[in-house]
Amino acid sequence: MIELEGLTKRYGEKVAVNNLTFTVRPGMVTGFLGPNGAGKSTTMRMMLGLDRPTAGHVRIDGKRYEQLKDPLTYMGALLDAKAMHGGRSAYNHLLCLAQSNGIARKRVDEVLDTVGLTAVARKKAKGFSLGMGQRLGIAGALLGDPRILMFDEPVNGLDPEGIHWIRHLMKSLAAQGRTVFVSSHLMSEMALTADHLVVIGQGRLLADTSMADFIARNSRSYVRIRTPQRERLLDVLHGAGITVVETGNGTLEVDGGKSELIGELAAQHQLVLHELSPQQASLEEAFMQLTAESVEYHAHTDAPAPRPWGDDWKRG
Amino acid sequence: MAATQVIRSEWTKIRSVASTVWTLSLAVVVTIALGMLISALSKNEFDTMPRQDRVSFDPTYISFAGMTLGQLAMIVFGVLVVSNEYSTGMIRTSLAAVPRRAAFLFSKIAVATGLALVVALATSFATFFLGQAMLGPHRTELGDPGVLRAVVGGGLYMTLIAMFSMGVAAMLRSPMLSLGILMPFFFLISNILGNVDATKKIGRFLPDQAGSRIMQVVTPSGDDTPYGPWGGLGIMALWVAASLVGGYVLLKRRDA
Repeated sequence: MIELEGLTKRYGEKVAVNNLTFTVRPGMVTGFLGPNGAGKSTTMRMMLGLDRPTAGHVRIDGKRYEQLKDPLTYMGALLDAKAMHGGRSAYNHLLCLAQSNGIARKRVDEVLDTVGLTAVARKKAKGFSLGMGQRLGIAGALLGDPRILMFDEPVNGLDPEGIHWIRHLMKSLAAQGRTVFVSSHLMSEMALTADHLVVIGQGRLLADTSMADFIARNSRSYVRIRTPQRERLLDVLHGAGITVVETGNGTLEVDGGKSELIGELAAQHQLVLHELSPQQASLEEAFMQLTAESVEYHAHTDAPAPRPWGDDWKRG
Repeated sequence: MAATQVIRSEWTKIRSVASTVWTLSLAVVVTIALGMLISALSKNEFDTMPRQDRVSFDPTYISFAGMTLGQLAMIVFGVLVVSNEYSTGMIRTSLAAVPRRAAFLFSKIAVATGLALVVALATSFATFFLGQAMLGPHRTELGDPGVLRAVVGGGLYMTLIAMFSMGVAAMLRSPMLSLGILMPFFFLISNILGNVDATKKIGRFLPDQAGSRIMQVVTPSGDDTPYGPWGGLGIMALWVAASLVGGYVLLKRRDA
């Protein structure tokens, strides 16, 4: 479990992380989402005691990171693939980390095998591709068999097979009851792996919610209809007090999740429907909507609150 | 036993990068080769030297002449051991593994110092014996007064130079910046300050000027240096302590 309380980091006038309070719980993948420059990496560095918070604190299982004895056995982190000496072999890189935390040497071979780098274990890391570097970083995070894992943008530079592998790895680590905290700037990536979401923008907490709640709250759901008897269906729906939006390409849209009601009305009036499908705006849209507001808010504080993203086209 | 863990880890780090081997090899080769060359030249010129120079001829010190260049390789060793962490980004991984920064820095310095000491002592003895061989009839013996002290001192001097460089690198972080300051300082500026009359009195308190006193067996005529060989090495050790404390304080306070 990772607890952040009022975590704040200022660089001079600029506030990189602004009063963040949230908890990362075990047994699930928690996605840490924000646009580039939102303060995700700064927050993660403070979690590891690398950067000193201006205010607030982080507790790892109730302790400060610096107080942990052999910290790699509590919490493993992948910060960036380049946080290693390129002239050192993969094996020696992991060996020096293992020795510093009293981890058995055979564990180095195990994690190299887990990430699929056994064949290049004696090669210098500077010859590695970004994806291989990422795998070596992940091996370092797994080295101490920690209960808490933290990955900063882990899919960067991985090929499709590697991306599939890391998704599966994160889910299985969470299924073992571990705390998995993973940052990304891609909502679509999080949608596939995260059970819980923490969203930040401009260093501020924008959302701390389950993935399902986040979708329900932030994205617009509607029903898409296609019919050859358009005028009659419009009359019927108007008659039932349902607002219909006509979109350009001959389809109709109705806000909310009223597909059963619309289907029953069409059946009563013997109308042919070619499509009746509940739709949900993509998570990427929901995420952009959320963070765009935070950006706008900070950019022009005097301006009126911006309308939610998509309001313009929704009404036709 | 957290301290031994970190020391083992730092030993793995230092032995697994190529720069350790080439910087230390260079220090050995340059010190010995140049020491032999200058010893041989001195032997040939001895008879044409002014009488005053012949009286204060110091065969031990002559054989250490290669250290003026060899110490530069020791500086590179000391700088790279510390600044490699920053230039590669390894520092973030290292400090996540060892969050207690005193343990991290001083284990690293202890391991690098131990290695430097072994190499420097071996170099010092080798350059002494080979230099004396070149000097032929003008040579001195290890058993003569002050000679053993000078030879051991030569090893300590090179070790302290490496430690001083580690402290400076811990403060400055960048290898290029550290080398860009240390190399010209020890190769040129310190020598100039120590040889120009106006600055001589200050110059001799600089780390290399004070420390190299330990390698002198014969005091040059007209010398009024206010400290002896061990006093000089002590002054150098104070410089080293200051640079290490500075490096630690900055590491402790800074974000990684």
